[in-house]
Amino acid sequence: MTAEPLLTVEKVNLAIRGNPILRDVSLQVTAGEILALIGPNGAGKSTLARVVLGLIRADSGRVWRKPGVRVGYMPQRLAVDDTLPLSVRRFVTLGTPASRERVREALAEVGAAHVLDAPVQVISGGELQRILLARALLREPELLVLDEPIQGVDVNGQYELYDLIGNLRQRRGCGILIVSHELHLVMAATDHVVCLNRHVCCSGHPEQVARDPAYRELFGLDGVRRLAVYHHHHNHHHDLHGAVVESAEDDAHG
Amino acid sequence: MDDFLLHALLGGLGVALAAGPLGVFIVWRRMAYFGDTLAHSGLLGVVFGVILRMDPQLGVILTCLLVALALVLLQRQRGLATDTLLGILAHATLSLGLVALAFLETVRVDLVGYLFGDILAISITDLYRIWGGGLLALSVLALLWRPLLAITVHEELAQVEGVAVFPIRLAFMLLIAIVIATAMKVVGILLITSLLIIPAAAARRFAHSPEGMAALASLFGSTAVGLGLWASLRWDTPAGPSVVVAATALFTLGFAVPGRSRH
Repeated sequence: MTAEPLLTVEKVNLAIRGNPILRDVSLQVTAGEILALIGPNGAGKSTLARVVLGLIRADSGRVWRKPGVRVGYMPQRLAVDDTLPLSVRRFVTLGTPASRERVREALAEVGAAHVLDAPVQVISGGELQRILLARALLREPELLVLDEPIQGVDVNGQYELYDLIGNLRQRRGCGILIVSHELHLVMAATDHVVCLNRHVCCSGHPEQVARDPAYRELFGLDGVRRLAVYHHHHNHHHDLHGAVVESAEDDAHG
Repeated sequence: MDDFLLHALLGGLGVALAAGPLGVFIVWRRMAYFGDTLAHSGLLGVVFGVILRMDPQLGVILTCLLVALALVLLQRQRGLATDTLLGILAHATLSLGLVALAFLETVRVDLVGYLFGDILAISITDLYRIWGGGLLALSVLALLWRPLLAITVHEELAQVEGVAVFPIRLAFMLLIAIVIATAMKVVGILLITSLLIIPAAAARRFAHSPEGMAALASLFGSTAVGLGLWASLRWDTPAGPSVVVAATALFTLGFAVPGRSRH
């Protein structure tokens, strides 16, 4: 890539209470690029995202962010206590003060303008993901970090969200790091995939076939397997499907 | 109106006004038991104040902060759940305070007054302290409002957005300590938390915004102070507990009034 790098992670190691979570992990996100960080549960994806965001410090290695880079973050979970009367508008502006009009625009951009004045506790899972994205967008981010952005969203909503994220990159030219434990849906809009299982198992460009609409009909297990075979240089047998990987984790490789 | 009654009313109102906005945060952040633990350590603070010959209220503030710090350190051990740790700290500090008090034979300390409050004995000096401490706490809270609300909703998200989480949390604990130190005279250390959380809980059903809930909590707390004092005069009941009973009555009545439906 010739584009400007926004984020570089080099040989990062991290252990939590003696338990190694990340080993020699490296990756780079450049402006206008979508990088998908995939792997099974417990692979250290969210931990890596938190290292990238500066929320936790790595034991060794280098984490470089472009100086002054504006980062938008979409966390994996949001549970606002029922006792807190908070409208979507207030929630979205908690990080960035903005006029009602600007908030409406940001919500419209993610397709959630209709919940502007709704209490944040009553909206659906899909709407919640959208307003989280809107809050990140209000910051005019150069780098977006999305942790499991399609969690709790039904299948149609998942397509829509990924389309939306793909459009965002085009419209705003920001670099995007997506964390996901699912491969198939991530692939369509992705430029680069990093497969993580505590270390980087493999990484590369997703193949043309992943963008083909016909491919989308194939998802599920078969689609994932096919794709996994398709574009990575596995030097060890790891299936990208969660169950298989979990059992393989014990005899994990270096 | 008699002086002592006027003092009681003004003192109670001062505490209730400050307790409202602070109390809503305690409710939102699920820190009721934390507040209770700090309050329980208040007696130990009084004893420290007497021993070190400093102001008892300053002793209370410092002790509350030490207990908060101890909790943070203990939580890092990860061996025990937070509510267990809080239970240990609350009762250990209260008992330590009572035991230490027994050694202070030469000093007369009004134990019942500290435990349950002595609102009818509030002096002019106390009033200055209550209003001074209360206004200070409210001003600082107003400054911290936005970042504190942000970390209450999602701490890591707020941190990514540039909020300095640790200093804000520390400042919030300091505010709780200040309010506990000033409210001690009014309702006593055993009942302080109720003045923080009951008006806030009562306000929830009628509030549309965080700020509205804080204002309503102050209003309900002030009403409870007025009602409690009146009831205390009318039936010769202990004043501090009467205020808490009045607040609870308001909270219960709130369910009878059709509030804003939330769902």
